[in-house]
Amino acid sequence: MSTLLANFSLEPLTAILLIPAGSAVLLALLPGYWLAARCNVLATLLTLAAALLLLVERPQAGTYLFVDDLNVVFIVLSAFVGFTTSVFSASYIGHEVAINRLTPRHLRFYHAMYQVLMFAMNLGLTANNIGLMWVAVELATLTTVLMVGIYRTHEALEAAWKYFILGSVGIALALFGTILVYMAARPVIGEGHDAMVWTALIEKAESLSPELLNVAFVFLMLGYGTKVGLAPLHAWLPDAHAEGPTPISAVLSGLLLNVALYALLRFKMLIAANPHAVAPGPLMVTLGLVSLVFAGFMLYRRRDIKRMFAYSSIEHMGIITFAFGMGGPLANFAGLLHMTMHSLTKSAIFFAVGHVAQVKGTQRMSEIRGLTESHPVLGWGLVAGVVAIAGFPPLGIFMSEFLIVSSTFAREPLLAVVLVFGLLVASGALMLRVHEIAFGAATGGTAEVEASYVPLFSHLALVLAAGIFLPAPLVAWFQTVARLLG
Amino acid sequence: MERNFLDIAHMLAGGLVLTSFMLLYQDRMYGLLNVFALHAVVLSASVAWQAYIQGAPHLYVTAAIALVLKAIVIPVALHRVVARLGIHRTIETVVGIGPTMLAGMGLVALSMVVMLKATATADPLAREDLAFALSVVLLGLMMMVTRRNAVSQVVGFMSMENGLILAATGAKGMPLVVEISVAFSVLVAFVVIGVFLFRIRERFDSVDSQTLDDFRGERR
Repeated sequence: MSTLLANFSLEPLTAILLIPAGSAVLLALLPGYWLAARCNVLATLLTLAAALLLLVERPQAGTYLFVDDLNVVFIVLSAFVGFTTSVFSASYIGHEVAINRLTPRHLRFYHAMYQVLMFAMNLGLTANNIGLMWVAVELATLTTVLMVGIYRTHEALEAAWKYFILGSVGIALALFGTILVYMAARPVIGEGHDAMVWTALIEKAESLSPELLNVAFVFLMLGYGTKVGLAPLHAWLPDAHAEGPTPISAVLSGLLLNVALYALLRFKMLIAANPHAVAPGPLMVTLGLVSLVFAGFMLYRRRDIKRMFAYSSIEHMGIITFAFGMGGPLANFAGLLHMTMHSLTKSAIFFAVGHVAQVKGTQRMSEIRGLTESHPVLGWGLVAGVVAIAGFPPLGIFMSEFLIVSSTFAREPLLAVVLVFGLLVASGALMLRVHEIAFGAATGGTAEVEASYVPLFSHLALVLAAGIFLPAPLVAWFQTVARLLG
Repeated sequence: MERNFLDIAHMLAGGLVLTSFMLLYQDRMYGLLNVFALHAVVLSASVAWQAYIQGAPHLYVTAAIALVLKAIVIPVALHRVVARLGIHRTIETVVGIGPTMLAGMGLVALSMVVMLKATATADPLAREDLAFALSVVLLGLMMMVTRRNAVSQVVGFMSMENGLILAATGAKGMPLVVEISVAFSVLVAFVVIGVFLFRIRERFDSVDSQTLDDFRGERR
């Protein structure tokens, strides 16, 4: 055991994969949800520790796994949100068992799947082989399909089925794109594994066949774009968020969308490094803006609280894709910052929404009123989260949105007008709805919230801190990554 | 000799496209499953031929997986599901057979134009194989869109995966990892679907996914 631990401390890269994989097996065998929930928290905490070690010492790039400045941002973020979500999940699950919505057998499955999902996401983020990356994204998709359908209600099954079908189509298109990239690389790099290694591909990017890369990028964009939730490929996202357990909604929005985006960014870098291939930017900018404006308007018609925040995720993924599509150091920096802030804020909102739905016994917004009256801490927490996600100062999202808008105004004023319009439409809808939910005479359940507020408020505190003051080392680090992205 | 090798490879890949068209006009459940089994047999032959001409023995494994799993196990299992649920009669389509076939031809033409142009420099074996593979993928995609029934959507999805395997084997020397994982993912997918089919039956007494649409959260 001690040699095993010593091995772990030496190799944080293996640890972030082995800890979730091992815990998945353990949690599948462990009866009793109380203990399993604690073990789940412990496993994600260890993963977080290993991920933080990656910041200090970085292993040599291998043919299957590697860590560089770009993916370490994603790994740390995903380990952190994975950890706080597991803390939230422990209290959430207790209530679901108490009202008999989930049985202990379901929970064993749930906890094991949670760790499999963490494993798949870490594998996708650290993969240096584009085939392996695809396998990891597929595994993450299948895991979340099973989690979304866990309640076995009409709506949950519909959501899981829709997610499965659309996710598989997206993943299939992405595989076709991956095969085309291999075809482009084969004459240059040679047959076999080497032609699928990302670090080898980016080195030889100029000499790859530009025509094949163009076609490949269309497939990769549509394929991984489906998983990012870009309109018009987003149809699975609101259902999957609304019908699954809330911790899964938090992980989906906060992490899984980022993993798909990361895959997209890797291929964007590859295509951009080839001077003869089509510029990947305009396609990303277009899909990003369409998602933003579309989701902004759709927000007004939502009646289900989780569905509303799912549309808000589509909106923000649109903004992030737009920023990375614009490219350049400033827009990339803003995109990275926005992605981080969105992950933290959106998962915090889902933590709050999960407790709200439990105490009120409903997800319908028309039946939730006066939350700040009946549950002051929870209500104000939700209000703070929504104010943050709507992009008001002084919170972190305001800053990243401001950077995106100002850098766009300097380069493409017309696009910036559309961007600002979309942002205003979306924040208007969010403020309108949160006003109805949070203020006025209280309705619905008034039961006490038996939950820890630590995950919710620690996320909000981070978002506030980032809005007021970003530490210089963090800025320098993000700037390095932004330059890397081109 | 080389010339014949290519011709046979193209004939088999073209046969797969043809079988995809046959899937499109099936209006009975058992017919659909039988044609899907044929689809898998053609794929298996095509992959085996690629294994032979590329001198890549590991591709025989992929061919065997396609033959055993997709041509025998899955169709038989789906036959049973269909028989047990009593849904063997006609399949409801969203768009009529005629327009679907026309759209299918359009898709094949599109993929030929796109792929042959993009792969002008690649070797002729991979070139046409990729074009055929893309046709099969697009036809499978269209089948998923134009059918309402859950079982035919699954068949559409699997025919799409067949197209991907054709593309992966056509790409000479593509690492085995990916091929196995593709086959494996189909297996996993099937398990998932199996679970869902039975659950859906429990809840709705139908496997028509139209029924599911009525439960959209917005209309509550």
